[in-house]
Amino acid sequence: MMSGSTILFYLLAALTLGCGILSVSTRQIFRAAIYLLFSLIGIAGIYFWLQYEFIAAVQIVVYAGGIAVLIIFSIFLTQQAGEKLPKQKIGRKIFSALAVFCAFALTMVQVYQHEFSKIITDAAPATVRNIGEKMLSTEQGGYALPFEVISMLLLAAMVGCIVIALRSKPETK
Amino acid sequence: MTIEPGLYHLLFISTALFFIGVYGFFTRRNLITMLMSIELILNSVNLNFIAFDKYLWPGKMDGLFFTVFIIAIAAAEAAVAIAIIINLYRSHQSIDVENAEDLKY
Repeated sequence: MMSGSTILFYLLAALTLGCGILSVSTRQIFRAAIYLLFSLIGIAGIYFWLQYEFIAAVQIVVYAGGIAVLIIFSIFLTQQAGEKLPKQKIGRKIFSALAVFCAFALTMVQVYQHEFSKIITDAAPATVRNIGEKMLSTEQGGYALPFEVISMLLLAAMVGCIVIALRSKPETK
Repeated sequence: MTIEPGLYHLLFISTALFFIGVYGFFTRRNLITMLMSIELILNSVNLNFIAFDKYLWPGKMDGLFFTVFIIAIAAAEAAVAIAIIINLYRSHQSIDVENAEDLKY
């Protein structure tokens, strides 16, 4: 008899993988974006299932709320409505699927053969308080420096986006 | 029959998601759909870090911080990539990789 938690895990896994497969195989780009959104939400559900609530919330805010919307907007800006993506060569599809399946099988064989040192199942989950304290700690094992580096990176990315997407002025002479 | 989900199940999901993303990257020829495949790959890596953080080194939160930073970098990467794609569309009226080859010359 399966417990509710186990069933929930398998449902979330099926949602994530099924929507992922549909996202890379559908020929309508807008549907691909929506399937990607559901796949990301499934991953957020898996984080909730693992009791990493903070990461799950970040996943929903940044991926489902930010990146998915960004991708949908860029589809609106660059695609004609109702136009399907061109059909790919069947040979390319078959060879890609074959290569990917072989690599997947190889990786999974390696993973199942590997003996992990200790698998702990009853650890206390990280609280937001612990996460915040460790993120801004400057002591050994703290993450203050990566935090600052990431903030510089985000600033650079923001400036870069504005510069790249800026409409170049028409030549007036 | 009952199988408790554990580390190996999570590794299976993340590996499958990674290779789904790789398949999309191989077969797609539209830049936005390729970007979506990259997002799937990054998410599988995040899932891997979280799984190891929970089952192998609990309480140390290293995997958790890697995930947070990867999410931040992924957001920056997606924003820059979409800015480039929109700029490319303005100049070429197409976002197909086959048409985006001017940088070669």
